[in-house]
Amino acid sequence: MGRLEITFGRLRLERPGMVASGIMDETGDSMARMIRSGAGAVVTKSIGLEPRPGHRNPTFTEVEGGYVNAMGLPNPGIKLFAEEMEIALRAGPVVGSVFGSNAKDFAMLSAKMEDYGASAIELNLSCPHAEGYGAEIGSDPKNVRSIVSAVSSSVDIPVWAKLTPNTSSIVELGRAAEDGGAEAVVAINTLKAMVISAELRKPVLSNKFGGLSGPAIKPVGVRAVYDLRGALSIPVVGVGGISNWRDAAEYLLAGASAFQVGSAVGTKGPKVFGEINRGLEMFMSDHGYGSIAEMVGVARE
Amino acid sequence: MSETVKIIGKMKESKDTYTLEFKWDAPAMPGQFVMVWIPGVDEVPMSLSRIGKIKAITVKGIGEASNAIHGLQVGDYVRLRGPYGNGFSIKKAKRILAVAGGVGAAALIPAIKETGCDTIIGARSEGEIILDDVARKYSKSVWISTDDGSRGFHGNAVQLAKEKMALRDYDLVIGCGPEVMLYFLHRACKENNVECQLSLERFMKCGAGVCGCCMMDELRVCKDGPVFGTEELDGLSDFGTRKRDECGRIINLR
Ligand SMILES: Cc1cc2nc3c(=O)[nH]c(=O)nc-3n(C[C@H](O)[C@H](O)[C@H](O)COP(=O)(O)OP(=O)(O)OC[C@H]3O[C@@H](n4cnc5c(N)ncnc54)[C@H](O)[C@@H]3O)c2cc1C
Ligand SMILES: Cc1cc2nc3c(=O)[nH]c(=O)nc-3n(C[C@H](O)[C@H](O)[C@H](O)COP(=O)(O)O)c2cc1C
Ligand code: FES
Repeated sequence: MGRLEITFGRLRLERPGMVASGIMDETGDSMARMIRSGAGAVVTKSIGLEPRPGHRNPTFTEVEGGYVNAMGLPNPGIKLFAEEMEIALRAGPVVGSVFGSNAKDFAMLSAKMEDYGASAIELNLSCPHAEGYGAEIGSDPKNVRSIVSAVSSSVDIPVWAKLTPNTSSIVELGRAAEDGGAEAVVAINTLKAMVISAELRKPVLSNKFGGLSGPAIKPVGVRAVYDLRGALSIPVVGVGGISNWRDAAEYLLAGASAFQVGSAVGTKGPKVFGEINRGLEMFMSDHGYGSIAEMVGVARE
Repeated sequence: MSETVKIIGKMKESKDTYTLEFKWDAPAMPGQFVMVWIPGVDEVPMSLSRIGKIKAITVKGIGEASNAIHGLQVGDYVRLRGPYGNGFSIKKAKRILAVAGGVGAAALIPAIKETGCDTIIGARSEGEIILDDVARKYSKSVWISTDDGSRGFHGNAVQLAKEKMALRDYDLVIGCGPEVMLYFLHRACKENNVECQLSLERFMKCGAGVCGCCMMDELRVCKDGPVFGTEELDGLSDFGTRKRDECGRIINLR
């Protein structure tokens, strides 16, 4: 098979780059397009129990080095998402991202995603701007452990925990996820942030604060992956600020077994996946790597 | 990118439509739009109805945000993001017909200015015709249609466009207006073998091609659009049939 192929826990992907949750992945056709553009898999928008409009606009703004968003987890709800999954799965593998306010909801949502045909579950324990969800419950290692363990015992597919960097120790959260039975951790979600208009003297986002993503957060993500790789025995998925093959290589060398791309899909378009794939292949032949796995964690040695 | 600009002009276009002018250097193409923030209310997409160093938006009051924009006065500040979207590509076409329905005229004015093309401006009745005076400054032929016959052609803008296409040899039709109108305009253009580029609308949040809430099939209206050409429109099963609400739920249009 191709040189870019990765085996990742029980999952095999033809390409190491996935679409990060929340980026062009709320509808089936859009997910299918991302896979056809060269993503190895797409992680769905985080889906909850009921339809949710998210926060009122403004929910998003560009800043130097990236975006600040507080979408507020808009989604059509798990029931209607069945149709979107069906369409997306015709194009390739889909990882189901879910969010809930307690272990029972997470388990129920994950079981549905498994029924729909998801290849793995990604637990959103890290969204920084939705009250009662995401980082609000995912910053406490005890919660992380109990949610991961409830989900792990209710599905047969791999369970990944997506961790927040807005904590004093992401490694502790990672350990809790591993103890709970996670097959991988995903790091990082956005960094809590705020934008204020000087002339209008008000915070721009309707939610006041949001999450920073894009090139500005890459060094934070790389450090998180490096630390997690050193402390855990389960694989780490790197995400945060990847927009070209060199960024992706940095994450792999820091210890990520796979990576996700979010904001760069906006700045560079879906073609970013093709560019990263080609760049990585060149890098591998220039530096004598026969597989992605050979690169993982090399910068740690 | 974003910028906070000062309103330097405000004109009434009709009983429920105003144009607001502001100085903004950002380069923009005909058909591009901005996200307009009204603090404490909302942030909504609006086409640029002028695209030079002085830019403008022309806003029809239909709800909370658009009416709040009407409340802005000369001297007030407003924060904009953009310009976003792909705009009209009008460079190669020689004989262009612009077809506007209602406030859709706003999106077409910069293209009419750039090309001097023939223009149809349609509305339900005489009092709702907007920007015909601006269009007349740039193009020789401006035709008006009203559904109730109170001014110009009695009928809708697509019926009038069909008549004009039969009489003159256009190689491109550009259009903006309600989706059902655009759906029939697209069909009329195909029947007459004329290329078209139509500006569509969907619910927008990021405006920048990131969040995926404005999808029509696999295309993002904010980034791959809002202007789509004949072939893209041919392939869009959502065009004229389905849109999505803020949650991403499908709403059938007919
Ligand atoms: C690319 C684009 C260009 C546009 N250009 C113009 C223009 O030049 N002039 C003009 O008057 N109008 C324009 N519109 C429409 C304008 O954005 C809506 O009329 C406006 O958002 C209504 O907001 P409201 O709060 O007043 O109405 P509401 O009562 O809140 O909503 C009424 C309807 O407006 C639409 N709408 C509301 N919020 C949004 C949103 N965030 N994104 C898309 N649609 C929304 C929906 O269809 C909704 O059902 C454009 C829309 C798009 C997508
Ligand atoms: C508009 C937007 C929406 C997002 N929605 C989600 C979400 O629903 N669930 C989630 O786990 N992460 C969400 N994220 C976070 C991304 O998945 C990713 O972790 C973050 O953006 C960092 O990656 P990037 O720098 O490549 O964008 C969102 C990010 C953005 C910009
Ligand atoms: S509005 Fe976010 S992708 Fe179009």
